[in-house]
Amino acid sequence: MPRVKVKRKSTLIDMTAMSDVTVLLLTFFMLTSTFVQKEPVQVNTPDSVSEIKIPETDILQILIDQDGKIYMSLDRPADKAAVLEDVAAQYGMELTAEEISKFRTLPTFGTPIAKMKSFLALTSDQQDKALKGEVNGITAGIPCDTTKNAEGFDDKNEVKVWVKSARAANGNLRIAIKAAAGTPYPTIRNLMTSLQDIRENRYNLITNLKNIKEEERVVIK
Amino acid sequence: MAEVQQKESGDGKKGKPKKMHIHVDFTPMVDMNMLLITFFMLCTTLKKPQTMEISMPSNDKNITEEDQTKVAASRAITILLGGQDKVYYYSGQPDYTDYQTLSETTFGADGLRAVLQDRNREIVTQLEDLKKEKLETGMTDEDFNKKASEIKNVKTAPVVMIKGSDASTYKNLIDALDEMHLCGISKYAIVDITEGDQFLIDNYESKGALSSQIDTSKL
Repeated sequence: MPRVKVKRKSTLIDMTAMSDVTVLLLTFFMLTSTFVQKEPVQVNTPDSVSEIKIPETDILQILIDQDGKIYMSLDRPADKAAVLEDVAAQYGMELTAEEISKFRTLPTFGTPIAKMKSFLALTSDQQDKALKGEVNGITAGIPCDTTKNAEGFDDKNEVKVWVKSARAANGNLRIAIKAAAGTPYPTIRNLMTSLQDIRENRYNLITNLKNIKEEERVVIK
Repeated sequence: MAEVQQKESGDGKKGKPKKMHIHVDFTPMVDMNMLLITFFMLCTTLKKPQTMEISMPSNDKNITEEDQTKVAASRAITILLGGQDKVYYYSGQPDYTDYQTLSETTFGADGLRAVLQDRNREIVTQLEDLKKEKLETGMTDEDFNKKASEIKNVKTAPVVMIKGSDASTYKNLIDALDEMHLCGISKYAIVDITEGDQFLIDNYESKGALSSQIDTSKL
């Protein structure tokens, strides 16, 4: 009996269609997503039903972690440099051009201004650690002490100074507060009163979207 | 990698034009795309964070008594945020001698929301009607917002004071603000807690044990 000849088939698969799909997916991801911002601490924001989206530019974000440490980030590098120079001048500090350009590239800052020089001298790895409070001699978080001194000024409240000069650098700035769900209320109250003191009465609170059932929206008959 | 495959024409006669079969191998392209997709999926977020807009009153010391809005006791509701996600409320002026002047409730749908929507019944029903009307007539968002704020800003609308105690958290505050949104209350304020309010909470928790300590001569 003659053997049935098995036709040898090429194992080559046409990848063109697959390539089309992946390019489409890639385009979708590139266009719709935004990069995760590097934050020194993990913050779980509380949920709310509010559906307003936060604008993308001109944001001064105040980040508060579970322990009440306050960090800040500005989105425009040019603003950052101006703000740092302004704040440093108010505290009588001289910063070199190199230090300012280093500050421009920082995603988030959050140390007392007195420690700014030694913070900027660190490597980027060490800076991340310093913001978590793991480097000796540098305390993490911007001081927001509302207790007043003998003359009636709260000179330890650096948050006020930063926000004020950020406002001076960019008039369209919006303040967004991103705080962890478990942050103790007194910290929030301190921050809110500090902002009120410098007449920053409008700000945004960043939250996650909470879905509630339609029948739970209105509970009365 | 582009392959140019040559089809054997059998006898290999010369002079006959060879049939060219061009096939480009896309496998490496797909590999690279997959890598890029993975990178974008891991390093970016799709969801934009939501936000709540809030405006606080100015705490300018120069504001005179006349400028400050006085709220009729019948319209005022005070919400006290306690520790361990507890929430209390009283309406109008509290009676410090009676611990039951305070009522405890929850952040759930049948807790604070039921209380506030009951107090705000008229406005809530009007807002619901407006929503239905919007669905039926295809009203623009602008018109809807205008009408909604008209409804919310009537003179008889309740005014809510939110006071957070030292033991409460940021989440409690956001939950309370959420309820304001859901119950159609446009007039609310975040106010500092007073000693009296803290006393009310303590007294409620101890079921009136502190009532005897009140210096009645000072009331």
